[in-house]
Amino acid sequence: MIAVHHVAVLASSPGVGGLLGQSFLRNAFLAGTAIAAACGLVGYFLVLRSQVFTGDALSHVAFTGALAALSFGVDVRLGLFVSTIAVGILMGTLGPRGQADDVVVGSVFAWILGLGVLFLTVYTTSKSTTDSTAGVSVLFGSIFGLSHSQAIVATSIAAFVVIAIVLIARPLLFASVDPGVASARRVPVVALGLGFLALVGACAAEATQAVGALLLLGLLAAPAGTAQQLTVRPFRALALSCAVAVADMWIGLTLSYVFPHLPPSFCVIAVAAFVYLAVLATTRVRRLVLVRA
Amino acid sequence: MALIEASAGLTWNLVDDVRELFQYGFMVNALRAGTVVAVMAAVIGWFMVIRRQSFAGHTMAVVGFPGAAGATLIGVSALYGYFAFCVLAALMISTVPHSRGRAFSQENAVTGTVQTFLLALGFLFVSLYRGNLNGINSLLFGNFLGITDTQVLTLLLVAVGALGILVAISRPLLFASVDPDVAAARGVPVRMVSLLFLVLLGLAAAEASQITGALLVFALLVMPAATAQRLTPRPVLGGAIAVVLALAVTWIGLGIAYYSPYPIGFWVTTLAFGAYLGAGVVTRRNPWSRRTLGTAT
Repeated sequence: MIAVHHVAVLASSPGVGGLLGQSFLRNAFLAGTAIAAACGLVGYFLVLRSQVFTGDALSHVAFTGALAALSFGVDVRLGLFVSTIAVGILMGTLGPRGQADDVVVGSVFAWILGLGVLFLTVYTTSKSTTDSTAGVSVLFGSIFGLSHSQAIVATSIAAFVVIAIVLIARPLLFASVDPGVASARRVPVVALGLGFLALVGACAAEATQAVGALLLLGLLAAPAGTAQQLTVRPFRALALSCAVAVADMWIGLTLSYVFPHLPPSFCVIAVAAFVYLAVLATTRVRRLVLVRA
Repeated sequence: MALIEASAGLTWNLVDDVRELFQYGFMVNALRAGTVVAVMAAVIGWFMVIRRQSFAGHTMAVVGFPGAAGATLIGVSALYGYFAFCVLAALMISTVPHSRGRAFSQENAVTGTVQTFLLALGFLFVSLYRGNLNGINSLLFGNFLGITDTQVLTLLLVAVGALGILVAISRPLLFASVDPDVAAARGVPVRMVSLLFLVLLGLAAAEASQITGALLVFALLVMPAATAQRLTPRPVLGGAIAVVLALAVTWIGLGIAYYSPYPIGFWVTTLAFGAYLGAGVVTRRNPWSRRTLGTAT
């Protein structure tokens, strides 16, 4: 949470030198790196498969899941993972070849978000502990508030997502680029689509803790877009997307530490957006120069 | 909600209950604003669903949040913030060229990035404001309390202007939406019409944010239109059904929200989603997909 972060920064000596001396920063960097790596990999396929809107919807589902868990009094992570993975698979079954219609996605997720508001009201009005910022921290993340054990769990789940994506990368790429030929070559296109959406769900649940339900789309879309601008070769782009996401996360966290007024999730997203836009602009300019020459 | 204490509570006499709604100035204004917003959102939403621009619509809706938060930060009405940012987002999205049919959609990546960056900006504004962090929830999830007469008038003027433009361009817009290539060949200015429509969509999203909050705009923008399109493919009839549905959802939602402790956003989305599923059942289609039962069996 922001307030905690401010107090912690005020109490310590500011400066990049003591960056990793702070335990909350060590936890943030540990979890942040793993989460960013997972988001970079998942995001590349998400954009490749034109499922950005689905990813967006899943990130909003994460909000509802977290608040449902809070209002029923169970672990937030349980609510996050159950809701995002279940809805991810549901969305896959709504349309042909594991791709739902955008109107269906929009209708379903608007309603789920409405449910989230209900849970938010239930939670903030019924609990005697007036934690009225719970909704805000779910929406916008609180990576500097992670404890060591939370960071370890977050890292191991993110590592699982990374390994799973790497394992299915080849067939998934085939199924994404040309589903028709892939299914003729006996690649299980539908199963891959559903499995991928489950991974997107897990990734969304995971990243909600770091950058928040509303902002995680940036971590999914921006590094993928950046990588695609730099290279058209798929596996190189996949690795690059992962690397860019991790770099965005590191720079963002450092910026937020140096400028305590800026919330960490804002810094991470701002860095990711600026890197993407800068790369987009330079490739445009280079293309123009090449055309002129 | 503190209203519960102020009101007499829900009784079995429905007529009296409805009459009570109209006794309070804020409720009358909420109903007026809701009516304006519902009509505009339903009509523009119908075209949005036809054009498959839900993601762009969602982005513009969400972008209203930083606008409203920024307006609060500098001390002007949130309404102007919604309008400024939504139209700005419409112009930004329209600069990215359509990459239809290509495997890797740069457009989607850009839209997603713009959306998240502006949301993050909104979060920055809120944390810089250091005021009541609870205000964030009414910006995101809607709040029908405290709508002033001037705001209702502003909403009405913008809605009339936008619907006027929409009616003027509706024929070429429909043509360009259904078959852009043929429309372009027949001399319809497809790019211009698309840009104009995105701006109108931005205005509609801004208006709807006033009632449903930035995150739940789809309750009025997508769901009534999608329901109408399940019931009929005819444009005028479909538009009319969408308007009726949006009005019903808004009025009933406001009525229930007045008497219940739960927020309006929940009621409006639930009612609209119920209508959407109901339409699927009525037309004997699978409520989850656009396939008819005929092709499935």
